Amino acid sequence: MPSRESDIATPRLVIDVAGLQSLIDSLRGDGYRVVGPTVRDGAIVLAEMSDVAELPRGWADDQRPGGYRLTRREDGAFFGHSVSAATWKHHLFPPEVVSWQARVDTEGIHVEAPAAPARYALLGLRACDLAAIAVQDRVLMQTAHPDRDYAARRERALLIAVNCAAPSGSCFCTSMGTGPRATAGHDLALTELVGDGEGPARSAQVPAGAERNDAGAGHRFLVEVGSERGAAAISALRASPPSASDLDAAAAVWSSAAARVDRSLDTAGLPGLLMRNLEHPRWDLVAERCLSCANCTLVCPTCFCVDLREAGGLDPRHAEQHRVWASCFSVDHSQLHGGSMRWSARARYRQWMTHKLATWHEQFGTSGCVGCGRCITWCPAGIDITEEAAAIRATDGLTGPPTRARG
Amino acid sequence: MQSTRRPKLAVWKFGSCDGCQLSLLNCEDELLTLAGAVEIAYFLEASTAVTEGPYDLSLVEGSVTTPHDAERIQEVRATSRHLVAIGACATAGGIQALRNLADVGEMTRTVYAHPDYISTLESSTPIAAHVPVDFELRGCPVSRHQLLEVVSAFLAGRKPLVPAYSVCQECKRRGNVCVTVAHGTPCLGPVTQAGCGAICPSFHRGCYGCFGPTETPNTAALSDVLRSCGMSGPELVRIFRTYNTGAPAFAAASAAAEKRGGPR
Ligand code: SF4
Ligand code: SF4
Ligand code: SF4
Repeated sequence: MPSRESDIATPRLVIDVAGLQSLIDSLRGDGYRVVGPTVRDGAIVLAEMSDVAELPRGWADDQRPGGYRLTRREDGAFFGHSVSAATWKHHLFPPEVVSWQARVDTEGIHVEAPAAPARYALLGLRACDLAAIAVQDRVLMQTAHPDRDYAARRERALLIAVNCAAPSGSCFCTSMGTGPRATAGHDLALTELVGDGEGPARSAQVPAGAERNDAGAGHRFLVEVGSERGAAAISALRASPPSASDLDAAAAVWSSAAARVDRSLDTAGLPGLLMRNLEHPRWDLVAERCLSCANCTLVCPTCFCVDLREAGGLDPRHAEQHRVWASCFSVDHSQLHGGSMRWSARARYRQWMTHKLATWHEQFGTSGCVGCGRCITWCPAGIDITEEAAAIRATDGLTGPPTRARG
Repeated sequence: MQSTRRPKLAVWKFGSCDGCQLSLLNCEDELLTLAGAVEIAYFLEASTAVTEGPYDLSLVEGSVTTPHDAERIQEVRATSRHLVAIGACATAGGIQALRNLADVGEMTRTVYAHPDYISTLESSTPIAAHVPVDFELRGCPVSRHQLLEVVSAFLAGRKPLVPAYSVCQECKRRGNVCVTVAHGTPCLGPVTQAGCGAICPSFHRGCYGCFGPTETPNTAALSDVLRSCGMSGPELVRIFRTYNTGAPAFAAASAAAEKRGGPR
């Protein structure tokens, strides 16, 4: 079926917009809850959907440290935006789940297993999102004590990536080797081709109400199959083999997206650099700005810390434990006998950043950061992990009182 | 509970609007369980039937604003095994602590036809400024969920699970789009203690700070963020002077904004 011998890794075919709708319909028919990007409250968020009309067609996003704005694009692309505001963690590792509950009666204690989680088809994952899921798989499943809820959700989930065409100003996947093209971990990977050979790479801010091309003929998706489950999901679709020009157009989307990622993080020797600079004055400077609000950790697609909370209420015959997202920016996160280990914002920011970029490697054999840029965009104070790392690199070995000059 | 005697619960009111007591009455479903677990011995908002003290757990709403209340809180403490202050008034002096920044005599003369009938203190102060308090539950009003957690914890003899971290954590768990980052709306969430469930950001409003300061509030850094959202100097002074105006971190932030001034 594929026409180019050189880059055939997986079976490839082409569907049109109606084909995308058929895919959603058939997934729903198979019992999947389909979740994808949509516009809500001035941002691209993730929501359960049944119709391609719910996708953020014609929308793009402008992301920068501490700022996010939607913009219009004229080509009518469905996926012409960058990473979603919230992460897919909400579906695979939700903010709060019941881990177990128990009831006591005259016959004894009865422990009830939680209900089986939903079966999700996640549509519109970016390459960095796939990389983040691989990191969470490593942390939450490939261990002596897997998280049962996560494992059940992962086992049932279908991952449909859409290759990025329009990375945002916060993205740095190219530095982290995670994107912008999906190369592993997906069941299906789509590349959107809007009209004759043109991907949705050209974004433009046009005034509201301005004319834009209607997608009509030519709006199509190159589909790459990454797994048997993915192959089964599209087996009944009306699809055609890609033409040479389809493949050229897709390749143009991939390369122009990569060229558009202009933020970078120099990862050479990064763990060593950070760990030998634990007393660097830069930590004091970032602590002056850091709100300890925890937004960075909660939007990060790899952060996995949770609290286990008793939630039984007043009834002494009933006990219940919930697994709830937690953050290293809370004082009690490092509570030991006698008190917290990390009272200062300096200690907490340093813990977070050195874990992401340095100690994660020792612990899990990967970086804890996939370069999605969410922590940069959604930090109300606009603190930028790439800028902080660069500042320390520029003044490696510095100690002493902080100076306000940005290094 | 091992003993057959149900613990006695008392609910007291000081200078306040009764909203926190209403949160307890609003517990509806849980109220029956609560009535089974404790003897509601003193709760005038709910019933005029009163059982004599001492009480195992006293919930105290309101701040101390009169000489009479300053004496009464001593009596409440003396007759209570555990005393929990509930709400912004009881934990920070409430909105009436705005008087701490003004001349109370002048206000009394302006407002009342017969100011000589008024017996009031110069300041509105939290319960902990007068007697030892076993726990402070924040909020204007308190969250009924947290209130039940506190009562359950005291009945079980454990520490209440009431996090001191930011509203942002609840906001993000809810999947809200951040109003500051995406809309440029000023929000006190990063320095305000969680508990409300991030109600205001869920309705596209910035947080007003009803639950008071977090464990380590960086109000200076947040003030810079609020200014960059377009807040003027006077607005910044006012945003920290609401229900928790008497909370030290908010009072200091407000004073700092006043000192720095800035465009109207
Ligand atoms: S640390 Fe920041 S950029 Fe890296 S994966 Fe987490 S949210 Fe994305
Ligand atoms: S780095 Fe930013 S998002 Fe993270 S805790 Fe500090 S202020 Fe909040
Ligand atoms: S809307 Fe407010 S509470 Fe929510 S994350 Fe943003 S700053 Fe925090």
